Order: sequence, then structure tokens, then C-alpha cells
Amino acid sequence: MRIQQKEFYWIRNRPAFIFESMKRSGFFAGLTPFILLGLTAGCGPKFKDVERAQREGILLRGNSTEPETLDPHVATGVPENQIISCLIEGLIAYHPNDDTAIEYGMAERFETNAAGDVYTFHLRDAKWTNGDAVTAWDFDYSYRRILTPELGAEYVSMLFVIKNAQRYFESRVTPKPGEQPLPWEEVGLKVLEDKTLEITLTGPMPHFPLMLKHYSWFPVNPRTIEAHGGMTNRDGQWFAAGNFVGNGAFRLKSWRTNQILEVEKNPDYWDADRVRLNGIRFFPVESADTEGRMFKAGQLHLTDNVPLHEIPIYRQKLPHLIRTDPYLGTYFYRINLTREGPLQDVRVRRALALSIDRASLVDNVLKGGQTPALFYVPRGIPGYAPKDFLRFDPTEAQRLMAEAGYPGGKDFPVLEILYNTREEHKTIAETIQQMWKQTLGINLRLHNQEWKVYLDAQSNFEYDIARAGWIGDFVDPYTFLEMFTTGNGNNDTGWSNERYDGLIASSIRTGQTSKRFALLEEAESILMDELPIIPIYIYTKTILLHPAVKNWNPKLLDNRNMKYIWLEEGPTQPQASKLY
Amino acid sequence: MFRFILIRLLQLVPVLLVIITLTFVLVRSVPGGPFSAERKVSEHVLEKLNEHYGLNDPLYIQYFNYLKNICPKKLNPSALADFDLKEGLGIDLGPSFRYEGRTVNELIAESFPVSFELGAYALFLALLIGIPAGTLAALKKNTLLDYIPMSSAMMGICLPSFVLGPLFALVFGLWLDWFPVSGWQSPGGFSWADDLPYKILPAMTLGIFYAAGLARLTRGGMLEVLNQDYIRTARAKGLSSFVVTVKHALRAGLLPVISYFGPVVAGVLSGSFIIEMIFQIPGLGRHFINAANNRDYTLVLGTVLFYATLIILLNLIVDVILVLMNPKLKFDK
Repeated sequence: MRIQQKEFYWIRNRPAFIFESMKRSGFFAGLTPFILLGLTAGCGPKFKDVERAQREGILLRGNSTEPETLDPHVATGVPENQIISCLIEGLIAYHPNDDTAIEYGMAERFETNAAGDVYTFHLRDAKWTNGDAVTAWDFDYSYRRILTPELGAEYVSMLFVIKNAQRYFESRVTPKPGEQPLPWEEVGLKVLEDKTLEITLTGPMPHFPLMLKHYSWFPVNPRTIEAHGGMTNRDGQWFAAGNFVGNGAFRLKSWRTNQILEVEKNPDYWDADRVRLNGIRFFPVESADTEGRMFKAGQLHLTDNVPLHEIPIYRQKLPHLIRTDPYLGTYFYRINLTREGPLQDVRVRRALALSIDRASLVDNVLKGGQTPALFYVPRGIPGYAPKDFLRFDPTEAQRLMAEAGYPGGKDFPVLEILYNTREEHKTIAETIQQMWKQTLGINLRLHNQEWKVYLDAQSNFEYDIARAGWIGDFVDPYTFLEMFTTGNGNNDTGWSNERYDGLIASSIRTGQTSKRFALLEEAESILMDELPIIPIYIYTKTILLHPAVKNWNPKLLDNRNMKYIWLEEGPTQPQASKLY
Repeated sequence: MFRFILIRLLQLVPVLLVIITLTFVLVRSVPGGPFSAERKVSEHVLEKLNEHYGLNDPLYIQYFNYLKNICPKKLNPSALADFDLKEGLGIDLGPSFRYEGRTVNELIAESFPVSFELGAYALFLALLIGIPAGTLAALKKNTLLDYIPMSSAMMGICLPSFVLGPLFALVFGLWLDWFPVSGWQSPGGFSWADDLPYKILPAMTLGIFYAAGLARLTRGGMLEVLNQDYIRTARAKGLSSFVVTVKHALRAGLLPVISYFGPVVAGVLSGSFIIEMIFQIPGLGRHFINAANNRDYTLVLGTVLFYATLIILLNLIVDVILVLMNPKLKFDK
């Protein structure tokens, strides 16, 4: 009987029972904070991160990935550079809108001798953040540091333009028996006075001041380095937040791995009056989609990337938020000339280069405002403007193929295009595969490899055709052309041309820019005749930019002197959430 | 019971040794090295770098050096509470190859608490939603109250987090504007309350997947138990339905849930790469994946070792709890 009653209760009061038991088990109590939070979050005045930061004068910037280091002599990447160049200033600094112009940094002025191979820099009165004065001795110490092999600086070769610097480095790497390593005094660096530094180069070099913008030429504070393990110590303690000593417009405030790195205005900077931002927060956002969402939600003022598929949407609906600037970099295909096969024949290589419709690729596939690369060295370098070497010419391409013995692609073996696993590279490879099939009747296989495996395959010549890219270190054709000299570590094609090597070598012996560019132009025309590489497009830098950010000018190398950037006050909502 | 735990702890040693050896061999046999880059490093420099990180030694010496470094040498519980493995146990996982000047110990100590915190919120949510929903579905079998939560659970299981995460960010972040779409701490904030909004969406994304799994398991377990004789007996004794459900049925009905829970806890607490990427969270999951991509040998080994230990320990705890909850089981003598 009691069972029946119980069952009866059970059936009749089921909802009540559930509700009761849930109430007792604390389900609703547990849910309350979440409900409340949802309610409170939805109402009341709400300020976006960007608006709050604007009032505080702080720029919120996406910076692609966690910096590996903040040591200018060890760093190799762009994200590191964006931060280091805020914290440390070299002899020559970044110009606000022209990468080929001199912007004086630690140097107040400089002069050269008549031959153009000795530069004398006069330093201004400036201070490190630990109170030390910036002197010529600091530069002497810094350049000696990067040239000491024990440091393992990857960019050491940048400094080999200093007389005897290469010998100083190499005599310490592999000391020849019975030979003393070269003493430091022999290297072409001389501290004439506390504030005067003389640099003797291997030859006349009019673009030398532009090279000084690269972070491998930045100084470090000797006292700080010595206090944290000495010149060649790589423990990295000196650049941790709290220890970092710089001389730049900003100083390091805080650094949380994979989260945020914050710099604040340096009141002791020599030009502090000009610095308008109170600080910058760098967010290491690896995913472009996440970065795009952060921008739309008002968490970033500018991004480092734009997801490929969103570029046309922004262009169409919110063009004032997207910025595309030219960038000094070339996307190209390497051809492996160490393998037997049709690619050995220059006519085949030429046919391949002529049958790519670059304009269509750029307009219909990439859609990021890139330029078709009918040459290898990106245009925009003042004084260097050779004619276009390549074109889209399917008829000529077919004729060349027939001449090489593969009419209509007959008997052409199936070759492989190698690229590192990424959507963008895949799309490009597919498009080119299609173009070659249509025009030349040849079949290619696509092969993708994980990044480091792909790098290894290229250095070991385990490919037929491989995707590659190159970004200039400074605004000069030399940084693009030098890599294809015989045996250069970045050549990776097996191509070798004596005349080309000769032209590159004589270009660094001449001090006249016009003559130098003529030599380099000739070198480029050889490269484009022989085609060990097939240029595809010239990079652009596309970012999302909040309208409050001012003075963000197009720059070929995307190097920013952040002291010239400011934030306009007032709420300027990007309204990006209206994209959907 | 202590004997059981002790034996299991001793078994930990050979298991970890096998894991380390396998990982060491695998990570070193992958092409490409920590210093290979698009812009090639000159041979001189490469040699100096290898020397600095001890990569010039023969592999077996590197292996034994590593083993020596990760052997626990001391016990200092107070340092261990701060996740300081070096001070706490004398374990040195070595320097990171990618992040100059940072050690693997530091990276784990920094990122694990973040993953742990996120995991704890997610588990809390999962339990909060999963178990009541599963119980409800079991009690109201084949009614709307069963179908709705169970089909939602099916969806929760099927929707991967890389779909659900951006979806939540879009709806709750961009459309409704309730929560920030990424980040872990408020950049200018100071208190726990400032940071809280940042944690809701990732916790929801991570939690809902497990809530769905828990709900289905709970329902299954409960259905089986509710038909058992002892439940009828309990009811016959006149116990209230609440007591019958919570005290008698749930205890047995949750057993499958608990065995599922061990690996889940380890997985959730040690971080999810996808969710950490989507929401820009500085957790351990990102190191786990990125280290492999960067060929950061020591960081790969360190994270694998850490994760493996965590799984083994949590499985042990689960086994103990299972025995304590299920009177039919006993510790093997």
C-alpha cells in the first residue's frame, strides 16, 4: 500500500520533485552567479578596451607571436623588432614616413670622408634608463659583443661591413694553428672621444646609414650586461621586466608570457617631449581570426594580420578600417637545379615563368592588393627601377616548351611543388598548378610539409619547385640579390653564375649609388634570364587600423618609430561588429 | 589501501621512463631543428648555438644528462605549492630553446596555473550542467525532458570547440557585447572581478563539451541503477524520492562518470590548445603544441612529462575513489 502511495506521489509530483531536488542540490544557487553576471554584463555604461586605453593614451597592438627575446643582438624576428625598437634607439632611427631617409637617433650628425668608407658619428646627450650617459664606448662594447662568436648572434654578418669585423669573428670561431686571433683594436671601430665614434668600412657604402636602422646595430648598456652574466651570457636575465635598461622612447613595464607585454613612455628619453603615447600594449595573438575578433570587439587598435577571407568584406563594407601598404618582400618559387630533369633547361624554366597569369592570381585569389612580380627586387627603392623582366605570354611559353622537346606537355615528368602547410600557400600552388596545366599541358603534384621539415627539405635540395619568400633587411636591392651568389646559405637552388657573383662583388666596392644600382640591375637581369627562381608577387602589409591611430604612414619595411604615433581622443567606435 | 597507492606510485617510474625515452627519440628524429629558419643561420653561429645548448654531445649523453636533471632530488613542499619544480623537487627541465632566457620549469609554472584555473571553471560548469541534466533525463525517461537535454548533449559532443568557441565569441562577444572575445586578464584591471568576464566564454566552450559527455554517462548509469532491486527496496522502506535518487541511485549511477572523469580532469586541467588559441589564453596547451612546431626539444619533453605524470596521478585518484564509492570493489591485496 505504501509503495503504491509512493509511486502515486512520484508520478503526480514529478516536476515538483525534480525542482525540489535540484533546489536542494544547490543547482540554482550555483547557477546564480552566472545568471547575474550575464545580466550585469549586458547593461550599464560599458567602455571598450580601446576607448579606455585611448583616454589613457595607450595603444593596443596585435603583435603576432610571443617574442623569443628582447636582446637586439640575438633577436631575429619582426615581432621582436616591433618591441625592441620602442625600447632601444640606434645611431640612426626609423623615419616616420620614409624608410630611405635618415632620421637621427643617438647620432646627432655624422660625416664621411671623401672616399666614403669612413663614417664619423657625433652622439647627442642621451641617457640610459639606469641613468648612465650613452657614449661611443657603449657602441664599441655592443658591436664587440655581437661579433664575439660565443654569443651566437644570428645576424652577425650584418656587421661584416666593418673593416676586419669578419676576420675578428672568424679567427675566433676556427682559430688556425699558430695564428693569434685578431685583436679588437684591428677592427674598424674607433672611439675618438666619449661622444664620437668612427667606423671604417670594408669599402665605400652610401647605404650604410640605412643599414644602421637594423636592430643588430642597436646598442646595449654595458653595465647591465656585465651585471647579468657578462658579454656573451645568453641567460637573458638582463632583459627581463625590472632589469631591462634601454635608451628608447619607451621603457619596459611588464611582460606576461603569451599574454601581454607593456611598455610605457620613458621620461628620460632625449626627445621625450615629442613622444605622444603614454604606453603600448603588445598582444602576441597567433591566430589571425582571434586577432580579427579582438579588433571587432574593441580590444585592439591595430592588428598584425587580417584573415584572408575577411579582406574583401572589409574592403567593401568598412574600407576606412583596413589598410594595405606596400611591403619590401617577394613571394617566389625556387627551382632545384641540382636535380636531373627538364628543369635544367632554361627554356622550360622560362616557359613556366611566362605562363603564370600573376595579375589574375593577385586580383582573384589573393585579393590583398599585392603587385604581380614581373621582377625579383620589389619596386619602390628610390633610384632603382629596372624595366619588367617577365610578362604573361602563354604563346611564347608554349613555343619554348615545344622547343625544349615537350610540345603540349608531352613526355613531361610529373614534378612536385613543395610548400609549407598553410592555406594561403596551398591556394596559390593550386592556382599555379592549374595555370601550368592549361597553358603548357603539364601535370604537377602538390606536396605540403610542416614548416621545419620544409625548411630542411629546401636546404637539402629535396624538392623540384619550392615556395619561398624574402623580406629586405634594409631598403636596398643588395639584400635581395646577394643571396643568389654561389654557395650562399640562402641560395638553396644550386644556381651559380660567375658573372653574377662578379657583379654583386663589384657593387660593394663602388661608392656611387647610381653606378652601384647599374651593377645590381645587370645582376638582376641575369637572374631573370636564367630563372633559378620564378617571382610571383610582391608582398603587401594588410592590417586593421582603428581610426583613432594617427600618423600611421605607409612604410616599405613596416618599421615604426612609435614616438610619432598618437591616438586621437574621443570615442570613435570601429563599428566592426556590423560586418555580419 | 596505502599499499595499493604505493605500488601504483612505484609503477609510475617505469611508465614515465618509457614515455620520456619514446618522446626523446621521436622529437630528435623529426627533421628540422630548433634553429632552422627561413633566413639561414651561418654554420659558425649554428655550432656556437648547439654548443651553448649542449646539442653537440652524442645523443645518448644528452639523454642521460636529461634523465639526471629530471630525477627528483629533494622535497620542499612549500616551493612545490608555487609550482617551483626546481626548488620543490630538484627537477630541472632545462632551458627553452625558443624563448631565450626562460626555463621550461618557469614556462610550466607560469602557464599551468592558468590552464588549471580555466579547467576548474570548465569542470565546475560541466558538473553543474551535466549531472543534473543526465539525472533529469533518466528520471523522465522518454519524455520531452529526456529528449531535449539529450539531443542538446549530442550536439555538444558533435560540435568541436573550434566551431563552438568562435560561435560563442560571435554571439556573446560581438553581437550581445557581454564578454570580451579574448584574453585572460584585464590589461588595466586589478582585481579578480575585473578578470572574471574574460574567463566566461572559454570556460563555457571547454565546459559544455564535457557537460554533454557527463550528461549522457549520468543518464546511462542512472537508468541502469533505477531499475535495480535495491532502489525499489529503498522506496519500499518509505524513503523520500530525493533521498532515493541522490543517496542511493546517484552513488552507483555515477560510477561510469567517475572513471570517465580521471582522464578528463587531466585533459581539462592541463589545457586545451584550441581553446587557448581561440581565446588567447596563456596556458600550457599552447606550449604543448607550439613546442613541437618550434622543435623546442626541452619544452616538448617537459610538457609531455608533466602531462603524463598528471594523467597517471589522476587515474590513481579515480581508482581510489571508485573503490571507496563502490562496495563491490576492493583494493587488490
